[in-house]
This record gives sequence, structure tokens and C-alpha cells, in this order.
Amino acid sequence: MSKILIRGAKVLGGEPQDVLIDGGTIAATARQGEIDWSGSGLSAEGAEVVEAEGKVLLPGLVDLHTHLREPGREDSETVLTGTRAAASGGYTTVFAMANTFPVADTAGVVEQVWRLGKEHGYCDVQPIGAVTVGLDGRKLAELGAMHESAAGVTVFSDDGKCVHDAVIMRRALEYVKAFGGVVAQHAQEPRLTEGAEMNEGIVSAELGLGGWPAVAEESIIARDVLLADHVGSRVHICHLSTAGSVEIVRWAKSRGIQVTAEVTPHHLLLTDELVRTYNPVYKVNPPLRTERDVMALREALADGTIDIVATDHAPHPHEDKDCEWAAAAMGMVGLETALSVVQETMVDTGLLDWAGVADRMSVKPAQIGQTSVQGRPVSAGEPANLTLVDTAYRGLVEPAGFASRSRNTPYEGRELPGRVTHTWLRGKATLVDGKLT
Amino acid sequence: MDTHDTQSDARPVLEGPDIARVLTRIAHEIVERAKGADDVVLLGIPTRGVFLARRIADKLEQITERKIPCGSLDITMYRDDLRMHPPRALARTEIPGDGLDGKLVVLVDDVLFSGRTIRAALDALNDLGRPRAVQLAVLVDRGHRELPIRADYVGKNLPTSLRETVKVQLAEEDGRDTVLLGAKPAPR
Amino acid sequence: MQRHLISAADLTRDDAVLILDTAEEMARVADRPIKKLPTLRGRTIVNLFFEDSTRTRISFEAAEKRLSADVINFSAKGSSVSKGESLKDTAQTLEAMGVDAVVIRHGASGAPYRLANSGWIDAVVVNAGDGTHQHPTQALLDAFTMRRRLIGPDAGLGQDLEGKRITLVGDVLHSRVARSNVDLLHTLGAEVTLVAPPTLVPVGIETWPCEVSYDLDSTLPKSDAVMMLRVQRERMNAAFFPTEREYSRRYGLDGDRMARMPEHAIVMHPGPMVRGMEITAEVADSDRCTVVEQVANGVSIRMAVLYLLLGGNEPAVTHPRTEEK
Repeated sequence: MSKILIRGAKVLGGEPQDVLIDGGTIAATARQGEIDWSGSGLSAEGAEVVEAEGKVLLPGLVDLHTHLREPGREDSETVLTGTRAAASGGYTTVFAMANTFPVADTAGVVEQVWRLGKEHGYCDVQPIGAVTVGLDGRKLAELGAMHESAAGVTVFSDDGKCVHDAVIMRRALEYVKAFGGVVAQHAQEPRLTEGAEMNEGIVSAELGLGGWPAVAEESIIARDVLLADHVGSRVHICHLSTAGSVEIVRWAKSRGIQVTAEVTPHHLLLTDELVRTYNPVYKVNPPLRTERDVMALREALADGTIDIVATDHAPHPHEDKDCEWAAAAMGMVGLETALSVVQETMVDTGLLDWAGVADRMSVKPAQIGQTSVQGRPVSAGEPANLTLVDTAYRGLVEPAGFASRSRNTPYEGRELPGRVTHTWLRGKATLVDGKLT
Repeated sequence: MDTHDTQSDARPVLEGPDIARVLTRIAHEIVERAKGADDVVLLGIPTRGVFLARRIADKLEQITERKIPCGSLDITMYRDDLRMHPPRALARTEIPGDGLDGKLVVLVDDVLFSGRTIRAALDALNDLGRPRAVQLAVLVDRGHRELPIRADYVGKNLPTSLRETVKVQLAEEDGRDTVLLGAKPAPR
Repeated sequence: MQRHLISAADLTRDDAVLILDTAEEMARVADRPIKKLPTLRGRTIVNLFFEDSTRTRISFEAAEKRLSADVINFSAKGSSVSKGESLKDTAQTLEAMGVDAVVIRHGASGAPYRLANSGWIDAVVVNAGDGTHQHPTQALLDAFTMRRRLIGPDAGLGQDLEGKRITLVGDVLHSRVARSNVDLLHTLGAEVTLVAPPTLVPVGIETWPCEVSYDLDSTLPKSDAVMMLRVQRERMNAAFFPTEREYSRRYGLDGDRMARMPEHAIVMHPGPMVRGMEITAEVADSDRCTVVEQVANGVSIRMAVLYLLLGGNEPAVTHPRTEEK
């Protein structure tokens, strides 16, 4: 593998630096102009030079919540198209959710997904194992076998469904302690959300759509942090979406309970007012909430109550969205717009600096997912998983250009800031000048 | 009917007393031709035809000393130019007590022009009953017929060019009785 | 008026009064020997019913036929729809056959809105009831019935319902009739009160332009019209109320309660009635109950709506919205 010299990049948004990649590793970093790279000791001779003046260099992004759809729904996404989309969005690792067909509830399925990711080489793929067999919430899947498989699963989730049975949840939380796993809960009380189609509130009352009350999320989170406390386990909350959930997590953390939480980009930006169009591109689970929730989520992400941003990238084929609301599938693609939305909602609003973005989108997700080679500092000796962002860019979101197989983005035609121009996975460029390699 | 836009340069061709006189004449003609007007029903075409019909009915009642049935016939939904404009508000169709079957229906309108309104009125009548005969009374006939229709009773024949407008004003609607002849505004 | 009729909230006061006035003239067609007008000759209207509703479908069909439109009835049951064809494909298939308007009834809230606004078809869309969202022609026929009864058929022309006190009782949560009525009655200047057990009042109702009460008896003496909404027996099983008997006792309209209404006040019901549940036979059959009139008025209102949307080269023109919602 050859050398790459990234010149003048603002590492984590700081002072301009030169970064030399040699092989899969960062060989050296230095203040711009401090080192004459033609010198002998740290020779950049023959290195491909990437001029990064004005751009921000971040550690490769890590998404703890991606739906790659393979196996089973290859019409909406595959490991290949999903990881290409990830590389486009600046990601070097995605955690692939278990709700495939068949469900990733055995060592065989998780290994298949893991291998496909390795073969394609656009992005590391860390499969998430199902908590219960077939995601049906009744019988624990072979969590240990999945952990011991080549895929080395550490995160377990029935995402798409809630592990609603308190006993099953308790057992899962306890059981994964044996190998340091974590359960990621999709917090949705099923009885309170029967027939739910959107956030329950003023807009649902007017539109006559089935309400998904905030309390259905909050009650499960409250229960699970108490359970985690009781059995001394870690619990991770997927796609936290309400102001009330923020309060509960804040309280739990203040009590020293081992809870981590994620928020999606779309919950940081969009509200249920958009549902007035009945356009199913806004149909997602958990649903878009209110302005008040959005503001609470931003604040919580800024103050660390919410640990990470995770995309909940959920591809669906066109026909599953080009229909009436009730018939439409839930979910949005997110890998290729996540960083732009975070810049719009968190950076450009002054809530978070780029070091903070690196923390919430790379460092912390890698820690929660226990992948030691990702989310590392941008410094000599570290693996060269890097993302270069043109933060001055502003442009319209054009789904036609997505690498994802699906186009169900809620941002079509919306102007967003920031564009990932380069992504390196262990020193190998997966994205150059905005084009996949 | 013609446009009712106000025009400053329009000149009166019939004034209040003229209108009263021609309506009296029309009433007498109806009595004469209908041999006493025993079975006459007057139907005015909204808006101004209805007021004219009412006035003629009053005069007929004076002449015959009998109650003359008088109603209105809205032809909006029978128009042949419906698809050329936004839908219009509907006016009232009021058929007097005994209906139209076997009666002599006299349609009353303010201005006879292309004849299309009267064609629509004949279609509308068809759905309302089977009169013995249908006759037409108009205050002004301005010519330029586009259909084989003529009036039986005409207040005033008024030769016009297509560039001219004829406007009838009646006290009930407009506060005064007059017929104005004016020029069409230049096409915008 | 807008090009489509999707929600009662889309109507301005002038739009609504024009529709009511037009319906008043349409009502008189029913008294003629030939109950037919040539107005929509050569226009094709499809009644696209994804939900069974014989009454509404027949009412639209009668209105369409009285206006001489060519009528196609499409019931989703047993059709390609039950074999998985999408709403979009169904609509496009119908439009390819030269349909000028689609009257759609759908179990999913927002389906007519989607049909009108997704660029799938060009035809005019009339909402004949969607999920728990809207049923604008029902609200219009209810307002028409109120205006005729409370003001008078002729005296009501050009009038709205300013100051009339209207009470809607029952399952507001699942009722598109309630939503449409609240929107339209408010636009027409009426004071609306919704009465229901708290379980059947939607969360988020606080922005609706109406009052909410849990107590029927205190509301009745202050009502010019009381509309009873249908309560489906299944709701009992979902714990919205304990028993049918308790529901009837607290929220049903019987003779004693009707006697507490002002003398001029009327009882309305969108039908079909569940006698013994929300309304007793004594009330349903009394001459204060307008159920049968509402059915007749439904045809007149639908004629008026179809004429005003389809009778010309564009929708009827009314004055711009005076008061934005």
C-alpha cells in the first residue's frame, strides 16, 4: 500500500495539519509547514498528495445502527450497496442490524454478513445479533455462539421490535455480561403502539393517523435502566426520540447506571409537522416528534446525555414509499446525509464543535460497539481510518446520486451543509473527491 | 343577456316610461294572441327576466282581473358554454302551483341575442313538464342570432353591431329602469 | 374553491356557503318530474371504494346520475386491489380510461390527499371518507341540514351558521365525521362542543376550534343541534368504555335527555345508527331526528360539490379566504 499525504486538513476542526498515511497506519502528523515532507526521516516521497486546505479531518465514522437488508431484502439494499453508501457518507464501520430474512439470530447468519463486508472492503461490517429467536421476544437466541463466531458479535438487538417482556430483557442484560456484550433496546411498548402511524399529538389528532405516544418509548426506557441497574449490566437505547426519554436517561446517568443512548440525524432535524403532507418518506419508527423534542435531543447530544448519533439507515424500495401512508414501510436512508444533518443541527448552531462530532459519531460508537480499531485519535501509530469533510460546501440533496440502492430520503431537494470528499479505510481510499473507488 | 359592466359612454335607448309602455303593450299582445290568457304561465329567466315577467304578470292581472301564474326558470345548468367558464352560482327555478303541463308558457328575458339562452331554456322546460305551447317575450331584440329562434313579443328591436353592448337596468336590481347601448371595451 | 375536495378545512366560509346555496337549488330537482340535469353530460366519474359503504356510494351515484355524468363504480373487494395492486396503479388505470373525477373512499387516512397531490393522476379528487381523517361531504350535508332546520331553506340562502350551538357526542377519536364537522362548523361561525368519554377524545385535541366536555346532560340545554356519532361495539373490547350499558347510560340519547334540549333543537346522526347504543328508538324515530333528511340532503350536497368542481373549466370561484386557519 502506498503513502498518502493529506495536506493542511483541520484535524477535528483544529489547526491545519499535514497527515501522512503509510500503509494502513497514520505515520505522522504535524502542524502545517512544520515538517518539510521531502526530508529523509519521514519521507513522503512518492506519496499521493491530497490537498485538504480548509477541510475537516475526522476519524472514520462509526454507525451503530444500520440496516443492510442482506440477506432477504436485497431489492432495497445489500451489504455491498450499503457499505458503499456508508463510505460515501464518511463511515468506516457500520453495525448491521439483525432484522434480516432470515433473522441474524445464529452464528451462521452473522458470519455471512460479516464475510460479505470483508470481501467488499468498503467499510467494516459488524453484525448485530438478535436478542431473541426470530425477534419474537420469547426465547433468547444463542448470544454466546454469535459472540464466539468469526463475526465476534458484541451488540445484540431485536431492533424493529422491542424486547418488551421484562423477564426476557432482564435475562438478556444479565446473560451478555459473561462476554461483555451490550443489549441495544428498541424502546416501544407494543400495546401502547398498536396501530401507531405517527407521533401522538396535535398533528395526529388532526390527520386522523394512529398515535405513537412518547410514553410508549419512555416507559420502556425507564424500565430498562432500572433493570440494568438492578442486574449491574450495560444497556444501550436505540434511536431515542423524545424529550421525556432524555430526562430519564439523564436521571439514570446521574445515578451511575450504565446506559448509553443514540439519536438519529432525522430526529435532530425533522418534526411531525411534515406528516401533514401524508408523504410516507416521513414515515419512520420511532416517529418524527415535535419541535420541543428536537430541541431537547440536540441539547442532550451536546451535553453528552445522548452519547452518539446513529443513522438507523433503513432502505426501502420505491414502491414501498410511493403509496398511501398506511401502506408504506417505516424508515429512512441516512448514511449519506448523516454528517450533513449533524453539521446543520449541531455544528452550525454552535452546539457541538468538530471534536464533539468526532466523539459522537466515531469515538463513542466504537466504544459502545467495542471495536478497538475504530474511533481512534488522528495521530501517529493509529489505524488510518479517516474522513475528510468539505464543511464549507452547501448543496441540495439529490437522491439520484446515492450509492445506496434505495432513495427513501426525507431530505430530497433540501439544502444541507457539508460534503464528505474522502474516506480511508485502513489507509485505502474508499471515497476520493466524492467518488467511490 | 349581455354584459352588465358599467360604461360611462353608454347612451340610453329606452327610459323608465318607455319600458313601462312596451311591457303594457306586450301584455295586451299576450291577451290578444292567447285569447284571454286563460292558461298562460309566465316564466322569467334570471336575473332580470324574472322582474320583467313579474311586471308583465301584474299588467295581465289588471287587464284580465285574474291571477296570472308567474315563476322563474334558471337555465345555468343547461347552458352550452358551461365548460368555458368556472361554474356559476345557481338561481332559483320556481314553477307556479299547477305546473306547466298543457299550459301556454311565455318565457321572459331582457335581451335576445344569440338565442342560446332560449335554447337552454327550452331544454330546461322539457325536463319540467309538457306545455301546450311555448312563446318568448323579450324587452330588447338586438339581433345576431346563432340559432333558429325568434321572439313572439318584442319590446324594442334594436339593431346593433357586435362591437356594441346592450345593458338592461331594472329598478328591482339596479335602482332604475333603463336600457343602455354602449361600446365594448377594447380587448385587453 | 380548490381543485379537489379533500378536507372540510380547505373550504372558506364563502366556498361553504356557495356549496350550501347550490345544494338548495339542487334539492329542488328532486321534486321535479324528471330528476335530472344535463350539466355533467360527457364527464366520467369513478366511485373508487376501498371500504364498503353502500350508503355513501349510492348517494354519490345518485348525485352523479342526476347530473348526467357517466358513472363507474369500482369496489376494491374482489378486484385487482385485493391481489395487491397499489392505489397508484389502480388510479392510473382508471385515469387511462378517461376518468374526469375520482370519488374515493379509503380506510387509510390521507389516501385521497395522496391521490390528489402525488402527481399520479390529473383527475379531480373528491374525498368520500378516509380512515379517521375527513369526510367533507358528510360535514357539508350536516351543515346543510342544520341551516335548513334552524334557519330555513329560503331564509338560509347566503347565510352561515353564526352563533348556532352544535354538540357532537360519541366516538370522536375514531370519527372522520367529527373532524370534518368541527372544521366546517367553525368556518361557518357555529360554536361546537364535543362530548365523549375521555378515552374517545384524541390526545392533541386542544388546538381544535371547539369545546370538549365529558358531561352530556349539562351540554344538552345549550344545544341547537345534537349530533350523535356512531359508537362501534368493538371499542368496548379495547377498553374505551366498560360496557355498552354504561356507555348508553352516560352518553346515549334517550327521550328524557332529548326533553332537556331546547324545543327547536334537532337530533342528527350520520348513520348507520346503532339503536339502543348511542340513540334510543324513541329518539331516532321522533320528528326532531333528521336522519332521513340527512340522507336526502346528502344527494343535494354531492350534486352541488360535483357541479362546482366539475361543471366548468375550473372550480367555482369564490372570494379569497377571509380568515386563515
